[in-house]
Amino acid sequence: MVDVTPADAVPPAEVGEVELYHPHSWWTKYVFSQDAKVIAVQYSATATAIGLVALVLSWLMRLQLGFPGTFDFITPEAYYQFITMHGMIMVIYLLTALFLGGFGNYLIPLMVGARDMVFPYVNMLSYWIYLLAVLVLVSSFFAPGGPTGAGWTLYPPQAIMSGTPGGQDWGIILMLSSLILFIIGFTMGGLNYVVTVLQGRTRGMTLMRLPLTVWGIFTATVMALLAFPALFVACVMMLLDRVLGTSFFMPAIVEMGEQLQHNGGSPILFQHLFWFFGHPEVYIVALPAFGIVSDLISTHARKNIFGYRMMVWAIIAIGALSFVVWAHHMYVSGMNPYFGFFFATTTLIIAVPTAIKVYNWVLTLWRGDIHLTIPMLFALAFIVTFVNGGLTGLFLGNVVVDVPLSDTMFVVAHFHMVMGVAPILVIFGAIYHWYPKVTGRMLDETLGRFHFWVTFVGAYLIFFPMHYLGLMGVPRRYAELTDMNIMTESAHHLNSFISIMAFIVGFAQMVFLFNLIWSIRHGREAGGNPWRATTLEWQTPQTPPTHGNFGKELPIVYRWAYDYSVPGAKEDFIPQNVPGAFAPSREPA
Amino acid sequence: MSVILVFLLVIAGFVGWWLSHQRLTAKPWLEQGMAGDVVGFDRSALPTAKIGLGVFLAVVGCLFSLFTSAYFMRMGLSDWRPLPLPRLLWLNTGVLVLSSVALQCAVVAVRKGQIYDVRLGLTTAGLTALAFLVGQLMAWRQLTGDGYLLASNPANSFFYLITAMHGLHILGGLFGLGRTSIGAWNGARPERLRLSVELCAMYWHFLLFVWLGIFALLAGWAATFIDICRQLLT
Repeated sequence: MVDVTPADAVPPAEVGEVELYHPHSWWTKYVFSQDAKVIAVQYSATATAIGLVALVLSWLMRLQLGFPGTFDFITPEAYYQFITMHGMIMVIYLLTALFLGGFGNYLIPLMVGARDMVFPYVNMLSYWIYLLAVLVLVSSFFAPGGPTGAGWTLYPPQAIMSGTPGGQDWGIILMLSSLILFIIGFTMGGLNYVVTVLQGRTRGMTLMRLPLTVWGIFTATVMALLAFPALFVACVMMLLDRVLGTSFFMPAIVEMGEQLQHNGGSPILFQHLFWFFGHPEVYIVALPAFGIVSDLISTHARKNIFGYRMMVWAIIAIGALSFVVWAHHMYVSGMNPYFGFFFATTTLIIAVPTAIKVYNWVLTLWRGDIHLTIPMLFALAFIVTFVNGGLTGLFLGNVVVDVPLSDTMFVVAHFHMVMGVAPILVIFGAIYHWYPKVTGRMLDETLGRFHFWVTFVGAYLIFFPMHYLGLMGVPRRYAELTDMNIMTESAHHLNSFISIMAFIVGFAQMVFLFNLIWSIRHGREAGGNPWRATTLEWQTPQTPPTHGNFGKELPIVYRWAYDYSVPGAKEDFIPQNVPGAFAPSREPA
Repeated sequence: MSVILVFLLVIAGFVGWWLSHQRLTAKPWLEQGMAGDVVGFDRSALPTAKIGLGVFLAVVGCLFSLFTSAYFMRMGLSDWRPLPLPRLLWLNTGVLVLSSVALQCAVVAVRKGQIYDVRLGLTTAGLTALAFLVGQLMAWRQLTGDGYLLASNPANSFFYLITAMHGLHILGGLFGLGRTSIGAWNGARPERLRLSVELCAMYWHFLLFVWLGIFALLAGWAATFIDICRQLLT
């Protein structure tokens, strides 16, 4: 070490205001816990469990698409129920809950150097309301008429009419109630994540020293707090339309020769509200992924992140821009062409900060000391997948290209690449990266590599052919494709191939789950900082961190989170809480 | 959707102002930690709970802006027939103003440490808020009695929906006010009591503000105002 200045003058960083709750019994320690780390594990476990349901649903719908007419129990109604529940669960109950409730709860307090969230009790309530929302959702599988089959966008008027499964039964009511509960629960959690980043940071942790993971989760939470109310409003109003016969969204309509009591409502109004939430939702999932990937790449390439400031500004810019692009989901709703032109423009503009991030990741890798660990493999796979999925987004962002493609499998392929596969790859990478901190043990390496390659290659084999099917004109949302002219024999073969790949990739996830459970007891001991990372969560006195995170004294932060391979330093990383100046690292921007 | 966009613009302005004070142009890779470099707490001096409530109120504001947006969009369709507002709403508005004033008095009293006045203020605020809720229910009964049912016209539906949402938020506030009152009677620590009373007042003033907005909206003045703005712009 060169030129270390002692830091005696700095007082310890104890935060007076946070009153740490101390559990007294097993119940308050592990079940009704107010510790953000326990809540994080609860959120993650619940999200994974409901995610498995969605995975099985995707298998069922692939059975139907790949081998039409073979399985009698998959009626068109059941098929619609599968796609609806698969979409809703994956987007909201898995991705949103896992990124914000899971990773947010675990990482924010540890990374900013806090003992816990600022409102631990509210945080606990947030999880239990989320669990209730999940249970209400699951209960719709057992309700008379089954779950709703309205499609995950729940467009009225069909969502609450008798032709749609669950429309005049319990399905849609339970779905809307579950969403309302989810939003209430999320708001409670979201308040915590935002205010903890604002007020819980330890001494020296300026905003510009935050790891990008925290920046991503923080910005995504702010967006979610402002976007979810739109879904809330839409849900409440549709619930009133369905239960009390109001006409917010329901136009005058004749059903089976019978005039319904609704009159004059506007289905487009629902679409505006839904997508006002729905588009930011894409970035609510993507921004935490961006942040996490930045940290994974920097750590595993042993190099400081390229253009940290640009990365932060890009996150903020994407967050702001994502609120003015929502109507690009509505090009086919018959809107004013000038309106479409405006939204196409904003959509293309948002590609600029996103591209900046991609360049910065690549430039971080440039001449880095790349360790192809499993988290790194997943991070690299994310960059490739996100670029691929994002490029088709540029196609679909243009009105003239979108209109013919909008109802085809091309759109399915696009959003599964960019919003399904890409964030899931980050989630896997993040789990391989932080599992040693959560459990104290490493995940099994061989199983992990098997999981990575099957998932990565398999996902491409599933979704790349779908682009092709879409360009051929194969429509989405159809339960039966057998008697259509566009369904050539090769298209059928392709569909069967996609289905088989879906089963293989799904099987790889079972291997992953086995690895998760098996390694809790049998994994290799990890030690406190197996990746030799700089951020505060790896500097805790105990692994896994105990209640209160940092032992007697909170760490004091002396540097940013990316001091890797600093010239003149003894090791190739300098943790954030190590005092002293070294020769300045190469300037990245 | 213009109302919600204007609201978000205000929020964005606030966030932008805050971010501009956060040294976002700093070069963290050059700021290596000598003791002098350790930037002190750059968190806000405001109590954490107040910031938490502020963020929550932004979410509530967002919610009501969205209702307003939906209101304006639905209003443009042909079947919209505005309903006559019961005159009782004027009285309710007065009662809610009184409630806010009472809580403001409680804030002044708690800052001076006059516990008796604090209790008086809290009780008055609680009772008047309850009276407001009862008044709203009576207004509902009056309307349903006159045949303005929930489902008979979208204007009615919006009236019931928005007033119900606002009422639910008042009800939630009463829960917080109740907890504060229990503290005021059972001798909570003065600084803690002061914070809770201030939080209650902040929430109350905000809900009063929201109510005035809703009242203007439901009475149709908001639409007139927007028409005038539109004429000025074109």
